[in-house]
Amino acid sequence: MIKEHHLNIFVLGLLIFVPIFAYWNDQPFTITLMTRAVIFAIAAVGLNLALGTGGFISFGHAAFFGLGGYVMGILAWHSQNYVTLIEWPILIEGTKSMPIIWIITIAASASLAAIIGMISLKTTGVYFIMITLAFAQMMYYFSTSWSAYGGEDGLSIYVRNNFPGLNTLDPIQFFSICCVILLTVLFFMGRLIKSPFGLALNASRQSRQRIEAVGFDFHKLQLTAFILSGAITGLAGALFADLNRFVSPSMFSWQLSGEFIVFIIIGGVGRLFGPVIGALIFVWLEHLIGGISDYWHIFLGFILLAIVMFGKGGIIGLLCREDVESE
Amino acid sequence: MSFVLIAEQILNGLQFGIMLFLMSAGLTLIFGVMGLINLAHGSLYMIGAFVAATVASATGSFILALAAALSAGALAGAIVEMTIIRKLYNRDHLDQVLATFALILIFSEGTRWVFGSFPLYLDAPLYLQGAIKLPGGIQYPLYRITLILFGLVIGVGLGLLITKTRLGVQIRAGENDREMVSALGVNISKLYTFVFALGAALAGLAGALVGAIQSVEVGMGEPVLILAFVVIVIGGIGSIKGALIGSILVGLTDTLGGIFLPKFFSLFMELATATNVGSSIASMSIYILMSIVLVWRPTGLFGQKV
Repeated sequence: MIKEHHLNIFVLGLLIFVPIFAYWNDQPFTITLMTRAVIFAIAAVGLNLALGTGGFISFGHAAFFGLGGYVMGILAWHSQNYVTLIEWPILIEGTKSMPIIWIITIAASASLAAIIGMISLKTTGVYFIMITLAFAQMMYYFSTSWSAYGGEDGLSIYVRNNFPGLNTLDPIQFFSICCVILLTVLFFMGRLIKSPFGLALNASRQSRQRIEAVGFDFHKLQLTAFILSGAITGLAGALFADLNRFVSPSMFSWQLSGEFIVFIIIGGVGRLFGPVIGALIFVWLEHLIGGISDYWHIFLGFILLAIVMFGKGGIIGLLCREDVESE
Repeated sequence: MSFVLIAEQILNGLQFGIMLFLMSAGLTLIFGVMGLINLAHGSLYMIGAFVAATVASATGSFILALAAALSAGALAGAIVEMTIIRKLYNRDHLDQVLATFALILIFSEGTRWVFGSFPLYLDAPLYLQGAIKLPGGIQYPLYRITLILFGLVIGVGLGLLITKTRLGVQIRAGENDREMVSALGVNISKLYTFVFALGAALAGLAGALVGAIQSVEVGMGEPVLILAFVVIVIGGIGSIKGALIGSILVGLTDTLGGIFLPKFFSLFMELATATNVGSSIASMSIYILMSIVLVWRPTGLFGQKV
């Protein structure tokens, strides 16, 4: 059996060499497809902290993904139309600068996650699943009825936002930005789950009583994890909106929340690279089967059903069975 | 704002709530008895509507269409339960969510494959069209009044089934202690199939009834499903009474919020802004209602304490 460590290196190699190969062979579409997969991977890595390590199933992470998209959309819209965002009490203008947008996105999604988390984490199990779902729906309906920013039609951004020193309209350069962010997030996540906080979070999933008995604050642990998780998924949303140069209420849709969970399940729950592998496979399958049949969701449905019914631990669990047993 | 308008809106809210009840009753029963979270409940609603529309256009009989929707829902439910759902009872919620999410994809795309992407139409029968005069000078569509009464009858019937019959005793016992019930000689897996099919039949019936008001299309089930989730979270998972009260609360909040919030904000805002703010908040009102209920009672109004 393959070591999980080796599989991770292989995936990293794919992430770097497939786009380079596509660039040499002049296949910008492949690069865009990879960018899409990388952005989905960032979103799912964020969710994996809550779902995999923390063990609370959020069925509403599209709320953060969509919020990220709208933060980017609104800032860029104000900038491209030369309309000030807020005039009072301080003058705030829109911006087209990616780093600034990212910082604001992270702050905004972390705040939203704090609010949703404070209410939802009072509950557990099925209640938590349904409440997070309901909050994402609330964001969805809010965005459709907020006509100032496009309502159901969404917002279009004419030119991709700027990053100092790079031409973001070039697929390979935009891919590099997203890929570096994914690697940074993965590095951060790898450190985090081995930190005292990560270990405590992991333990809190397995036994609430014990974690409280040794003096941790269970709710604080979960809420912190939820906020971090939401912030990362929000950042992915800003990148996704930038990739499409378009943001619409569909970024809040509950199907998207479901797909994020699917990425994690395909790859392997609670594994560092699980969401990355899942997102890569999902986007690849979507492209492959979507090209053959218009009804690719049927096939996705059956694949998913098979994974849930028969495959425990996703792809990583399948390939690295030794690790599963020793766990 | 006149009394007639308010009364009409309350009736609209009531009608919406009663239809939600048909959905959420099945959902809450399935969760309460089997501990299963079933996302595919909305697909059964859609199947009911499609079968009803097909049968109605083939035979011209609305009653036949309803009967077909009811049996199609029950049949689809029983098949899904026996092939897939049965294996999920002992799994964790994540597996249940994913497997039933997969079922939604299969059902939705399958329906699109068979019927195409264009909506179908289902008309209320002639004898139920037109308006009825209620005391106080209220004109209200006869079909919607029929829906309210019909839904209430089913609600009472379901309540009696659960509380007064032998089957109801078994269902309630199954909620509390599965092993004890099966030790006492009740075929628990047959009981589960029955409960699931019953919930599915109610969802199919609701789809057919609502299909005569809205268009029948792929994806019609999921918005209702999410509302039904809100209902059972408010009412308390597993409680039929909670589902009824939750449905009516959600139905009234949603309908009345859409009408009155913009008017309320226009009392102290410009009309255009008030309409905007009002309708934005109205679209979120039921979720706000849910959050308030949960902060107050984390297991819903009639839920059991964990």
